[in-house]
Amino acid sequence: MSDVVVSVEGIGKRYRIGGPRAKYFSLRDSVAAAFGSTARRLASVFKGRLPTASHEDFWALKDASFDVRRGEVLGIIGRNGAGKSTLLKILSRVTEPTEGRAVLRGRVGSLLEVGTGFHPELTGRENIYLSGAILGMKKTEIDLKFDAIAAFAGVEKFLDTPCKRYSSGMYVRLGFAVAAHLDPEILIIDEVLAVGDAAFQKKCLGKMSEVSHSGRTVLFVSHNMAAVEKLCSRALLLSHGRISKSGPVPDVVSAYLSDIPSGADHSGGVLANSEDGSLELTHVHILANDKSVTPVVQCGQDLSLELGFRARKTLHDLSVAVGINNLHDVRIAALRSDIAGFPLGLEVGNRRVVCRLPALPLVAGAYTLDIKVIAKGEALLWAPRIAQLAVENGDFYGTGRLPDPSWGGTLHLHQEWEASGE
Amino acid sequence: MKRTRPLETVISPGRGGLLGSIIESWRYRELLYFLAWRDVKVRYKQTVMGAAWAIIQPLATMVIFTLIFSRMMKLSTEGIPYPVFAFAGLLPWTLFQSALGQSSSSLLRQTSLLSKVYFPRLLVPLSSVVSALLDFGLALLVLAGLMVWYGVKPSWGLTTLPLFVLLALASALAVGVWFAALSVKYRDFRYVVPFALRLWLFLSPVAYPSEKLISQIPPNCRWIYDLNPMTGVLDGFRWGLFSASSSPMPGSVLMSALVVAVTLACGLLYFRRVERTMVDLL
Repeated sequence: MSDVVVSVEGIGKRYRIGGPRAKYFSLRDSVAAAFGSTARRLASVFKGRLPTASHEDFWALKDASFDVRRGEVLGIIGRNGAGKSTLLKILSRVTEPTEGRAVLRGRVGSLLEVGTGFHPELTGRENIYLSGAILGMKKTEIDLKFDAIAAFAGVEKFLDTPCKRYSSGMYVRLGFAVAAHLDPEILIIDEVLAVGDAAFQKKCLGKMSEVSHSGRTVLFVSHNMAAVEKLCSRALLLSHGRISKSGPVPDVVSAYLSDIPSGADHSGGVLANSEDGSLELTHVHILANDKSVTPVVQCGQDLSLELGFRARKTLHDLSVAVGINNLHDVRIAALRSDIAGFPLGLEVGNRRVVCRLPALPLVAGAYTLDIKVIAKGEALLWAPRIAQLAVENGDFYGTGRLPDPSWGGTLHLHQEWEASGE
Repeated sequence: MKRTRPLETVISPGRGGLLGSIIESWRYRELLYFLAWRDVKVRYKQTVMGAAWAIIQPLATMVIFTLIFSRMMKLSTEGIPYPVFAFAGLLPWTLFQSALGQSSSSLLRQTSLLSKVYFPRLLVPLSSVVSALLDFGLALLVLAGLMVWYGVKPSWGLTTLPLFVLLALASALAVGVWFAALSVKYRDFRYVVPFALRLWLFLSPVAYPSEKLISQIPPNCRWIYDLNPMTGVLDGFRWGLFSASSSPMPGSVLMSALVVAVTLACGLLYFRRVERTMVDLL
């Protein structure tokens, strides 16, 4: 089995997280508490212990086992907080696992951000050397690849300009260019394609498939399902710190999609809450015309989003925002109550906020919803990717004909046509 | 394309001892050079005076010391003009101070880098120590100028100077590694270091000759004074420069070296322990 280049057995990572944060209501209380805790901390230091708040254990990753063969491109997907970053950090040796064992055979290059080690005060030329050395290249190697790196990034004219004067696009391009020329046998990449303009993203994807075709192994973490489907030969789905599915990409991607429920309801539970505890999001329902909860809606249909809240105090001057994203993580629409002209407020208790959307113009597909509540201009509650909206093809134009999905697009627009002479 | 021999990385909790981490640091020695080079490059960016700051600081301190200790307090320095005497002490001291100060805070300053890429973490405090050498080199030129100006002849002892410079660097690294690792868990050490350095300056024979302080302490307590590695460094450095009548006690220098070796060894062990999961705490 010398063909297995990455072998992971039972890797787990435990974090200690502080207990429920105490809330201080007056300066006097907080000052007194601060002094009290300082004394306690000092005492525990002298007793030879690290001052630990009442903590609980949290396994960011547990029992992760998998093998990757030479030349394979493994996609790692999962919702935020599912343990993807933790896994990458362990495999790239940024931090140690709490348990388990992993063996990587070959030179490892990890790319957890674009422009690793760049210093804004240094010039492009200097940063190529610095970042290259930090990522594990020898100086002679960088000398050899220098021109190729500068050309790939397209910054030849600005090599002697400090990087702080670069546009963000140039910065990202140079960062990726250095990493792309690392030539590792095992490449670990996190989400880097989320940056840069479309043309550059295409270039990066090209470079990555080139890397994989030359027999090297790639571990690729992404939210971008299109990129995962295009690049990867196999995928892993992480949820709640465990590998919930692994196998061919289409199977795992569809498992990821069905992992997000249409609407979201945790039977009386709380989906998200505000930092100060004053507001909880309890459910998200998608309602059809007849106000019944529906798992799937058709495009062109009137529908309502019902958001359930539990308010611990009366909140005035609220604005509720809903972001609708497609599966490539592109925001398709952004709804916001105050801007649309609907001032909202919530009394104490269980409350519902309903947003009516007439004639849904989204094309068939699965969408994720981000929900945000803004009070007095500040974000009070933020729940990204909290619910899914499943849309199937429907008679948007009321003509009895269905739109042609192969024609693509993201939105349907009402349209009027005419043909006339001169 | 040249095929490198198959490299195997094993990841598991608590893996790799101190020796392994030192060997690995050696393999990354080119990166050490690049990190030190970056520190040097960035240090005087967007300053008008640039590297002149490396000279101004010890020079200004020397002038103040001369006013206070030589003019006001009539401190005798065994025939060596006080400005030269003080500057010769301030040189290794400034080297030690900046190497220690920089290496102590190095991990906290590099948080974003440490959380994104792996390399032997020891390189971070180590590169801070190395980069302090540049300022020292510049100030050394000024010292040479001062010695010519005051007509102080150097002696054959000059050849031993690198040894004492090395000892100063090792002292800074030994303490710096401790502080760097401790400050990951206890941010208090950010405040401890500048404060400790200020006290340390007065307890070390920078502004005064060693004998002046030794004569104030009972002979059987002399070893406490020698525990401070900077005593050996400063006495040795001046002895190398001037071959002053009182040669440093070989015992005092040996004691310094021993203290440094023990502190460094323990510091490296502690650093290695913190290194494994420091990113989770940064």
